Amino acid sequence: MSIDPLIRFSTDGHVTLMIAHVEIGQGILTAVAQIAADELDINFTRILVERADTERTPTASYTSGSNSIQIIGSAFRQAAADARHLLLAKAAAALQAPVESLRLTDGTITDGEKETTYWALQGDQLFGETELGVGQPKSSEEYTLVGQPIPRLDLPAKIAGTPSFVHDLCLPDMVHGRVIRPPTYASTLESIDENTAASLPGVIAVVRDGSFLGVLAEREEQAEKAAEALRQNARWHVQPLPAYESLYTDLLAKTSQDFLVVDGVPQDGPVPPIETPANAVQTLEATYRKPYHMHAALGPAAAAALWQDEHLNVWSHTQGVYPLRGSLASALDLDDNQVRVQHLEGPGCYGHNGADDVALDAALLARARPGRPVLLKWSRADEHGWEAYGSAMLVKTQASLDEHGQICDWNHDAWSYTHSSRPRPMAGASNLLAARYREKPLPPPTPKPGKGSHGGIHRNADPLYAFARRRVVKHFVPDSPLHTSALRGLGAVGNVFAIESFMDELATAIKADPIEFRLRHLDDPRARAVIEAAAQEANWRSGRRGNGQGRGQGLGFAQYKNAKCYVAVVFDVEVDTASGQIHLTNTAIAGDAGQIINPDGLANQLEGGVLQAASWTLKEQVHYGPDGVTSRDWDTYPVLRFAEIPPVSVKLLDQPGAPSLGSGEATQGPTPAAIANAVFDAVGVRLREMPFTPERVKAALTQPQ
Amino acid sequence: MTATIELKVNGQNHHLDVDPDAPLLLILRNNLGLKAAKFGCGLEQCGACKILVDGQAVPSCATPLSAVANADITTLEGLGTPANLHPLQRAFLAEQAAQCGYCTAGLIITAKALLDKNLQPSRAEICEALDAHICRCGTHNRIICAIQRAASEMAR
Repeated sequence: MSIDPLIRFSTDGHVTLMIAHVEIGQGILTAVAQIAADELDINFTRILVERADTERTPTASYTSGSNSIQIIGSAFRQAAADARHLLLAKAAAALQAPVESLRLTDGTITDGEKETTYWALQGDQLFGETELGVGQPKSSEEYTLVGQPIPRLDLPAKIAGTPSFVHDLCLPDMVHGRVIRPPTYASTLESIDENTAASLPGVIAVVRDGSFLGVLAEREEQAEKAAEALRQNARWHVQPLPAYESLYTDLLAKTSQDFLVVDGVPQDGPVPPIETPANAVQTLEATYRKPYHMHAALGPAAAAALWQDEHLNVWSHTQGVYPLRGSLASALDLDDNQVRVQHLEGPGCYGHNGADDVALDAALLARARPGRPVLLKWSRADEHGWEAYGSAMLVKTQASLDEHGQICDWNHDAWSYTHSSRPRPMAGASNLLAARYREKPLPPPTPKPGKGSHGGIHRNADPLYAFARRRVVKHFVPDSPLHTSALRGLGAVGNVFAIESFMDELATAIKADPIEFRLRHLDDPRARAVIEAAAQEANWRSGRRGNGQGRGQGLGFAQYKNAKCYVAVVFDVEVDTASGQIHLTNTAIAGDAGQIINPDGLANQLEGGVLQAASWTLKEQVHYGPDGVTSRDWDTYPVLRFAEIPPVSVKLLDQPGAPSLGSGEATQGPTPAAIANAVFDAVGVRLREMPFTPERVKAALTQPQ
Repeated sequence: MTATIELKVNGQNHHLDVDPDAPLLLILRNNLGLKAAKFGCGLEQCGACKILVDGQAVPSCATPLSAVANADITTLEGLGTPANLHPLQRAFLAEQAAQCGYCTAGLIITAKALLDKNLQPSRAEICEALDAHICRCGTHNRIICAIQRAASEMAR
C-alpha cells in the first residue's frame, strides 16, 4: 500500500489530495479536505485538490449511492494519519528527539528547541510502499476542522463566474458539435440530405454513422443552425412509444422477475403468498404510484473530446471517470490506455443523466476531425428527452393490526423497471446511447435485477420498523418503455412514499397520533430521536389526523438503505380546496448522519434533497406518447419555482465518534410521504399517486375516501 | 452572413465581425470569453443566462446580437471580480448559497436588478423577482437569505 496515490506533499507548503470521487454540488471535495487537514495537523488553506482524472487519480467506481464520505473519507483519514505518523518519525530522527517529545502545529514539528517541517522533511518526495494503518487516526475529541462549517472550496469560482464547468472549456482550435436524435429510442434514420447542412457557413463535417447523426462547425451558433437544418430534413422510420396514460397498467401487465426481500436482500426461490394472521382485527391495503421523473439538470449535458495520435482525451461531468473510460474504450474498440477521461464539473443532477452519453457523442465527432478538440452540448430538448429517467414504480401494501393496535403483519410489493444502467465496459453491448445507433450497433444490455442489499427497486423496501411479521417482495420488470437509471434515492423514493403514507393510514385507522404510532413500532433509539427532533422543530400538533380545515402537518421518516443517514421530515401545508393547490408553508428536517464532517454541507444536502423531492411530489412527471417523450422543456416539465418553496429548518443530531453516514439521498423518500400525510391532515383525502397536481387534489376531494 | 457589430459590455466597447442573428449569450461566452452566464434552455424559461441590458435583467439565450447593439450590457464579471466581489457575491459565499452553482450567475444578475430598485425586498418580493429562475439543487432558501443579507449590507 502507499499514501502516494492519495496525498502528495510539496516543498512550497501545500498538500494535494488526489480525489477520484467527483464534486456534483454535494461538497465532497471540501469534506475530504477537512478530514485530511485535520489528520495532518495543517491549516485548511494548505490543501489543494486534484480532480478525478484517469491518468492522475486512483481507480474508483462511480460517485453514487451516498457512499463517498464513507468510502473515500475513511481512505483519506487513514492515509493522512499514516503520513503524519511517518513524518513524525522522520522528524524524530532529524531532530534527534523522541517522537513523544515532539509537537506538531500546521506542519511544523518542534521538540521545544529545534524544529523542522513537513515541507523540509518530505518536499516533493513520494513515500513509496508503506504499511497501511501505521498511523492512529484522531479521536473525535481531537478534531479541529472536522465538524466545522468550512466554506466550500469550489464555490468562490462559481460565484465569481470564472470558468468552472465542462461547458466553459475553451481549448485551442476548438470546434463545436451538435447531435440530432431520432424521435423515439427504436427509430432509424431512413434518409438525410447532408448537403443542406454541409453547405452552411462554418460547417466542418456532417457525421453520419448508421442512425447516429451529428455535425461539427467552427462556431457554436453555426453548429446550432446546421443541426436545425439536419433536424428539418432527416427522415426517420419511427417506432412509436406507448402512451404515458397506461404507465401503471403496462408496468403490472408485463412479465416480472419476483424476489422475496429479507433484511434488505433479494432471495432466490418462490415468493410466499400473503397470509393474514389469525390475530388480525383489521386489515388495510393501498396502492401507491410514482411516475418517471427527470434529473432535468439546469444545463444540458456537455463533453469535450480530442482524438489525436490514436488517443482519445475526454473532458466530462461523468460521476465516474474510470467506468466511463472503460465504456468508451469498449464502445469504440480501443484499449483502456488509449482513452483518458478528466472530470470537470457540470450542472447538478444527482444521478445518472446524459453526462456519459454526451461523451460518446463528442468522441464520435472528434474522431471525424482528428487533432481538433470538439465541445459538444446537448440542447434542452435533448436533455429532457434523452436522459436516463428515474424509474416509475407501483407499490401495493397490505397490513394487519392486532387487538392492541400493533401491526402484526406487513406486506409490501414493489413493481418497477431498472434503476441502474450506468455505463460499464462490456462486450457486444453498451449503455452509452449513441452506440445503439451506429452502423455496427451495440445494443443496450438486457437489464438484470440487482441482488445486493437495498439495491435499486428494493432500496428501503424493508421498513426499519419492528413488525411481528413482514413480507417484502421486489417485482423486477426488465423492459421499460423509457430509458431509466439512477436518480437520487432510486427505489427508496417510491418505497418510502408507500411505507410512510401507509403508516399514517394505519395510525388513522385506530385513531392514533402518527408519531406515537411510529414510535411504538420503532426500537432503534437514533430513529426515534430524529422523529422526535423533527416533531419538536416543527411544533408538531399531536392528535389524530384528517379532520382539518385546510391546514395540515405530516411526517415522513427513513434511514437511507436502513444503514445510512436517518432523516425525519415534517411538512406544513395549506390546501386550497377550490383550486386544488397545495401550498408548502413550512418544512422541518431532523437528520442523524453519525459524526458530522461539515454541518453546513450536511444541512445543504438535506434541505436541497427535500426541495428536489417536493418538486417531484407536486409537479413532476415525464410525459410520452407514440411520437416520443413530450416533456421537452420547462413548460412541458414544470418544476417548483421560488414562490412555491417553503422555508426549511434543519436540526442535526451529531454523533461524535460514530461512523459518518452518507446523507445525499436520505430525504428523497420521506418527503413525498410527509406531504401526502400533511394533505390528509389538512383536508382528509389521501393522495397515493405522484405528482399531487391540483387536478388530482380536486378529484380526490370529490371522491368518497 | 456576418456584419460588424458594436457591443458595450462591462464598460468596454467591442467591434465584432459576427452573425448579427447569433444569440447574445454565445457571443458573450465564445467571443468575449465571459463564461459566467450559462446556457440553460435557449427558451427564456430558466434564467441561467441572465445579464443586465441597460440595467434590466434579461435572458441572453434567445436575444439576437443585433437587438442589443447600442445597449449597455453587464454580465456577472462586470459586477465583481474574484479579488473584489460585489456585495451580492459576498453574500452568496457567506450563505453558501449554491450546490452545483450553475444557476448562480443568473440569479445574482436578477438580484442586482431587484436591489437597484428595492433595497428592502421582502421574501415574497424576492421570490417574485426570481420567478423566471430555476435551481435544481434546492438551495432556494439560501439564495433568498443571501439576497436579504446583501440588501442589508448595501443599505448601510
